[in-house]
Amino acid sequence: MSVLIFIDHSDGHVKKAALEALSYGAALAGQLGVTAEGILLGTVDSDLSSLGRYGVKKVHQAAQETLNHLDAQLFARVIADTATATGATVLVFSNNVNGKAIAPRVAARLKAGLVSGAVALPDTAKGFVVRKNVFSGKAFANVSINTPIRVIALNPNSYPVKEGEGTAEIVPLTVSATPRVKVVSTTPASGHVPLTEAEIVVSGGRGLKGPENWGMIEELARVLGAATACSRPVADSHWRPHNEHVGQTGIAIAPNLYIAIGISGAIQHLAGVNRSKVIVVVNKDPEAPFFKAADYGIVGDAFEVVPNMIEAVKKLKGIA
Amino acid sequence: MKILVCISKTPDTTAKISFTQNNTKFNGDGVQWIINPYDEWYSLVRAIELKEKDPSVVIHLATVGLADTEPIIRKALAIGGDEAIRVNADSADSYYVAAQLAEVARQGAYDLIFTGKETIDYNGSSIGGILAELLDLPYISLAVKFELNGTTATVTREIEGGEETDAVSLPVVVSCQKGVAEQRIPNMKGIMGARTKPLKVLEPVAMDTLTSIVSFELPPAKAGVKLVPADNPAELIRLLHEEAKVF
Repeated sequence: MSVLIFIDHSDGHVKKAALEALSYGAALAGQLGVTAEGILLGTVDSDLSSLGRYGVKKVHQAAQETLNHLDAQLFARVIADTATATGATVLVFSNNVNGKAIAPRVAARLKAGLVSGAVALPDTAKGFVVRKNVFSGKAFANVSINTPIRVIALNPNSYPVKEGEGTAEIVPLTVSATPRVKVVSTTPASGHVPLTEAEIVVSGGRGLKGPENWGMIEELARVLGAATACSRPVADSHWRPHNEHVGQTGIAIAPNLYIAIGISGAIQHLAGVNRSKVIVVVNKDPEAPFFKAADYGIVGDAFEVVPNMIEAVKKLKGIA
Repeated sequence: MKILVCISKTPDTTAKISFTQNNTKFNGDGVQWIINPYDEWYSLVRAIELKEKDPSVVIHLATVGLADTEPIIRKALAIGGDEAIRVNADSADSYYVAAQLAEVARQGAYDLIFTGKETIDYNGSSIGGILAELLDLPYISLAVKFELNGTTATVTREIEGGEETDAVSLPVVVSCQKGVAEQRIPNMKGIMGARTKPLKVLEPVAMDTLTSIVSFELPPAKAGVKLVPADNPAELIRLLHEEAKVF
């Protein structure tokens, strides 16, 4: 019996979301009195045995470069087979882009109940009940998984990375099948920090009046080590690329800090950001609905407030 | 070319979320129901665009739901599509729904199956993946662009920190999000025409549910916003650093 955790990676690095999934899976294994094991398809630059620090005893790895691109069908087969071979009773994924592609397939293959968007460890006192986000962050559901094998997809940024001591044994896997999906090209997005991985996000709305005024948003993001985002009208007016649009129909994010500048806070926007741990709103309209959802706020003109925020952060961090 | 567009009924994006029966059921009182926006704006409209380019394309819509889903099916048909199939069952859990859709898909022998990237109520993002696995088909998720060249689909999908373009042979299951198409408003001709389009009702196949909802909870109310004077942003930065400890 074990908990098997899928280790997602890109560009040679294990993703932060995967470290969260490892920490979560290891804690769950402790709770169930079983061992935690990881599975990684493809290659990374670092020594995988060091992932033992996050609580896994073994890492199953198919070290083939062809697997550095996702083929959900092939990945699901390998992961499900490994789960069966190792006697895994719980599989943990990150509910990120790759997790959303693979976890449902693995669940269907094993005829295992799936909870995607989990935000806490399961309650195993009576059955197996997992808490997840529903209604676009406006509520939680406690979902019982009623099958012998269970699949959980953990929302990024909802479980802390826990690092200890330990070394994992690397178990090589061989994958012979060829992918049915062919990767033609990849394009990196404009920002430096991927939005869904960012711990801090600085976001601008129509209140900034035009794309030429985004310099201060980017500067505030730079000094905070944050990603940049925008509201729907901004993306629709092509002031910013669509992949920066957060909200109901854009990307849903849950950073530790979300700073909304010149965004009124329509309910559709809130649906994409309401899982943020701390929300800061800067808006000159004191009636902006966003203030009701905010933890901190400044009623004021962004063009005066933001440059002063940048100066204050620089002073605090001692950077130029 | 036959396309299956899977649609789901969801509460309107502005609906007030509350629960009844000791927090075990969603309270639908006074809620306006809509087609799940990802299904309507992106999957359905992209299918219609493909038919506009090639009139031989046939579009079927499928949903799993009781009779009260028919208004949203008629609305979807008013936007486009040739006929609709309703599997007469409550959408119990994602496996159950996907398995019903898989049965519809097997009978219709579709070249292309579209789903939305997720529903805005349960946010599972799982129907497309389960469906693809049950049908043993490739699955491209979170598509932002979809093109067809003969029997090959070229799909651009979201990845963390960018986009990836994939080529895959049909048949394939694709989940769609913003970028694939633009929202369309049904016109009078479409609304009139939708009334006479076929809407088949199928009884569900016997299928297990693998999960069940024990209870719902609303998040705790925010303590209220702490306002900082506009002339003192340094105080805001201090609070974020020392009180909220977010950097």
